[in-house]
Parts: sequence; C-alpha cells; structure tokens
Amino acid sequence: MEQDAGSAGKLRKIDEDIWEVPQDYKEGMRVPGRIFLSETLLGNLENEALEQVANVAMLPGIQKYSMAMPDAHVGYGFPIGGVAAFDEDEGVISPGGVGFDINCGVRLIRSNLQREDTLPHLNQLLDGLFDAVPSGLGSKSKIRASESELDEIFVAGSQWAVEHGYGVKADIEHCEGNGRIEGALPDQISKKAHKRGRPQLGTLGSGNHFLELQCVDEIYDEEAAKAFGLEKGKVTFMVHCGSRGAGHQVCTDHIKTLTSAAKKYGIDLPDRQLACAPAQSKEAQDYFGAMAAAANYAWTNRQVIMHQSRGIFEKVFGMDQDELGLDLVYDVAHNVAKLEEHEIDGEKKKVYVHRKGATRAFPAGHKEVAKAYRNVGQPVLIPGSMGTPSYVLCGNEAGMHISFGSACHGAGRVMSRSHAKKSFSGEDIRVRLEDRGILVKAAHPSVIAEEAPEVYKSSSEVVDVVHRVGIARKVAKLVPLGVVKG
Amino acid sequence: MSAEKKYDYMEHTADARFRAYGANLEEAFENAAEAMFNVMIDTSDIPCRTSIPIEVEADDLEMLLVEWLSELLYHFEVEFIVFSKFAVIGINHQDGVYSLSATACGEFIDLDKHAFETEVKAVTYNNLLVQEAGDDTMVQVTVDT
Repeated sequence: MEQDAGSAGKLRKIDEDIWEVPQDYKEGMRVPGRIFLSETLLGNLENEALEQVANVAMLPGIQKYSMAMPDAHVGYGFPIGGVAAFDEDEGVISPGGVGFDINCGVRLIRSNLQREDTLPHLNQLLDGLFDAVPSGLGSKSKIRASESELDEIFVAGSQWAVEHGYGVKADIEHCEGNGRIEGALPDQISKKAHKRGRPQLGTLGSGNHFLELQCVDEIYDEEAAKAFGLEKGKVTFMVHCGSRGAGHQVCTDHIKTLTSAAKKYGIDLPDRQLACAPAQSKEAQDYFGAMAAAANYAWTNRQVIMHQSRGIFEKVFGMDQDELGLDLVYDVAHNVAKLEEHEIDGEKKKVYVHRKGATRAFPAGHKEVAKAYRNVGQPVLIPGSMGTPSYVLCGNEAGMHISFGSACHGAGRVMSRSHAKKSFSGEDIRVRLEDRGILVKAAHPSVIAEEAPEVYKSSSEVVDVVHRVGIARKVAKLVPLGVVKG
Repeated sequence: MSAEKKYDYMEHTADARFRAYGANLEEAFENAAEAMFNVMIDTSDIPCRTSIPIEVEADDLEMLLVEWLSELLYHFEVEFIVFSKFAVIGINHQDGVYSLSATACGEFIDLDKHAFETEVKAVTYNNLLVQEAGDDTMVQVTVDT
C-alpha cells in the first residue's frame, strides 16, 4: 500500500475528525481541501488520494472546499469519496467527478420477516436470487429492451420500470429524486452505449456489486427507524449496482469530447481524467444530459433487479410481496452530478454538486426529501464490505453547511484487488464466513478474494466519523446473512 | 523482436494499473491490450478462433491508447469475444490526427469454460503515460475495475 506520512503531515487539524488541505499544498488550488477522518483513518490515507483532493481544488468555479469523505481512497480524477460543488455559471462539469459507473448506487428493501423464519430458507433464497439476477462478467439479461424502450428508459428512469410492470408506484416515491434526473438527452448517447445497454438491463455486473440479505441488528434512532420501517430482528435486502456498460460508454465517449473542450476553453488540467468544460458550454451540457440518461438507466436497472428479487421471496415463502412487507426503504446514487441549490457565504446559489463515491444526505424539511421521510430526513444507505455490517443513516441540517448535504458511501478499499487475490483464497473466505453464519454465492471464487472483508476500512469507523461530524446520524445497523456477488 | 518483459502490474487500491513495454509503439500497445485482458482472465489458454479489425483515431497518443483499449472492451462486451492476441498494424500521425489500425483475435465467451476474475469496466486517463523511446518504449494505463 502506498502511504506517505509526509503528505498527511501537511494536513491541518480544524476540528475533531476534520482536516484541511491548505490552499498552498499545491500550486493552482483555488480553494482549500477538507477531509473528514478520524486519527485512525488518517493512517490509511494514501498520498495519491490527497493529491487528487488538491487537483479537484484547481478546477474553475469550485465552491468552498474540495472535499473527501472518511471512506476516501485513490480513484481517477476525483478521489473515491470526493465531493465538490461548482458554480452554475462560473464553474465546470467533469465526468471525472462522477466516474465510469454513472449512478452506481444502493437500494434497501425492508420486510416483515424475522431472522429466525428466514434462516432455514437462506440457501434457497440465495440460489433463487443468483438465478433470477444475472451476475458476473459475460452474463446476459433475460430482458432485452428495444431501441425505443431504451430511449424511454434513459428519459424516465424508475418510472418506466414501474409502468412496465417491474414494481409498484410507491417504489418511485422512495428513490432519490423519484428515480430520475430531469433533462436527460438520449441523443447524446452513442450507438455504442445503446448496444451495451440493451442486453444488460436487470443485470448486476461484477466487482463490488452485490445482493445481500441482512438483518437489523441494532437501532440507534427510534424515530427515524420507525419512519424507515426498520425493526430490530427483521430481515432487509440490499442491492448495489449501477448503469453497467451503457454508463461506462457514456463516460468514455464524453471524456474524449471534454478533453478537446478543456483545450478549447483554456482550462489547465492537473490530471487528464479531470477533463471538463464550462458548465453552460454545449460540451458540458451534452455530457450532463447523457450522464442523466445513464443515471436513469441505473435506477431502472436496480428497479428491475428488485422486482425479480421480490418474485424469489414470494416463491420461497409462498406469500405475496404485501404480506411479506417487501417495501423499498430508499435508493441512493453514489456516483452522480446534480444541479442543486445550496447556501454559500450567506447566499442561495445553484451549483453542480459532483459526488464520486459519496451519497446525498439531505435533512428533514428539505423539499427534495421523499414526502414519507420529510419529517426525519433522507435515508443514507452505507453498505459494508462482504461480511461486515451496513448502516442506515439519516441526513442532518449540519450536513448542508459542512458538505453540501453529502455523506460517505461505503467502507472504502485499503488493498488492491491483485494484492487481495494473492493474499486470500476465495474458498477460505467463503468457509470462514459460513462459519460465522454468512453464506456467499459468487460467479467465481476470486471475486470473493477480491472483496474479502480485510481489503476494506472498517465500515463502523467510517460511519462513526460521519455521525460525529454531524453530517448524518446513525439510525440502524444491518448485519449480513447471505451475499450474492457479481 | 520481443522485450524481456511484456508488461507488469503496479499496486493501486481501487483499480488496476500496469506498464507495458515494446520495441516500438505498436508492440507496446499490443502488450497493453494483453495486460488489460489478463486482468480479467488468463489469456494464455485462449486460442485465436475469431478475429476482428479495429480502427481508432485520436488527437494525441495517450488518447489513442485509451481509444484502442476502450474499443477492445466494447467489442468484448457487445460481441462476447474474449481476446488474447493483438496485432497493431500501424500507428500513424497525419494532419494532427493519430490513427491506429489493428486486429484482435480470440474466441466467443463460454461461461462454462472461461473463468473470469476481475471485470475491467473502463480505461481511465489517470496517470496515463506514453513514453516513445525506440527499444524502450513504455506505456502506463490505469483501468477501472
């Protein structure tokens, strides 16, 4: 692991868990950096991640700080866990602040099932899910969207899925932004992206994507937990995936255009992956419209996967989804850029907030929080690594002032995939987790090794920092029962 | 002419980074393609049963490298072909445009036979390097996994 105490030594402690990257850390920074880390997590911060925070601070029109959440680690362009807001007129839009897997995200489904009632059926459930949701590299979907359907999906997101029988109306109301970003431009999606998108709808993909059966292990905030429908001992189900090949292709296509655009508009790029253009330029708006379309595809994808999964629950338990209480708690995006209103230096301003491996965390009363949760705040879903707890948090007002209403997105890797494969055997890990009562199914054992619990930071430590800083508060802890890895 | 080492992998927390070498640009680009597919699967067991032509263009050599590798990923995903052998016929520079023509060959994906490991999702511009130096030509690529 690359570590450099020298660079971390240049950080200035602002408060408990809050560190500043001074503006003179690197020439060309327009604002300082802010990193939210405990002393323990600081030890894991890689030099390259710190450089990436500084690079983002050099982009035109950046507001307040270039930020990194406690799960931050090296990415490309932005660090993973990076958050930055750019002025609607003076700022830029960059695919480097969104990533290739546009709207990679997480959704959480609750149930009326008790842990004890579920355990005897765990194997059957996992087998059913593994069959119903194509996963792993090279797998094909059972659905094939037509060209015109694909364009509708790009524009309508979750709504398309529900209108076509994949789910119920309440699902839409329980998604960030109703499972859709407005202003999608399907004509900015290349033929290649169409070709990749058509056969992959309803597929999980590979890498860190997963389906997980969990159980509510602890409640920290009774009021919010009640609003979210979470009860101790009850089973939950989590889906983690994104926009698949369509999203990857959108990013690849538009980085090429934006590289030329950056030159044209005279923007100096500290890293080519930060290719960008002035927010109101045609190039930037074309990318934004394409990104919105890919984000909408991702919401549809997770909606279809949830629908297929509900069918498996119904089959295994011989009850319908209403009896089982399989309600969508929430769905959050963690790789996306959005036009939002924030208060900056006492003034309300529209900014393009880029969240790359970070989650929106809006507080109670905010008009963009789903009606059902407006009195408590937006659910923030933080998946753990395989075999470790996941957390449900709730957005706080303080987050709006501290981090543009943003929180962490996961545990954050500390070890590379190749290193993990050399260090662990997938089969050993599977057996070890099984001994702890956690079943794992994967397309290939090496996927298990790559995602071993040891290759991530502690999800508990990451979530505690977010809670202490006040960005979002802990609501519930979910422990894994069974996992399907892509 | 073959360099002693075709490529090697470097440590990167979230993704995969590698350096590929060659006696010229064409060979380094070929080796980069092999390094990328080897992240996903052991390519040494994959025979050349089907071949496709690849033509890409870009404003500079770094972008050309990204385009070349991205084009291979695209065909891998859409045509369901896993590639193992790469022949870059030529890299040219004319009127400010760089172009590459090549062929890639491999076989159709058969999930009963091919045990895929890490999926390469995309090719990034992060710390991208093309160092053209005759016999010691080197390229560095970070792929999103």
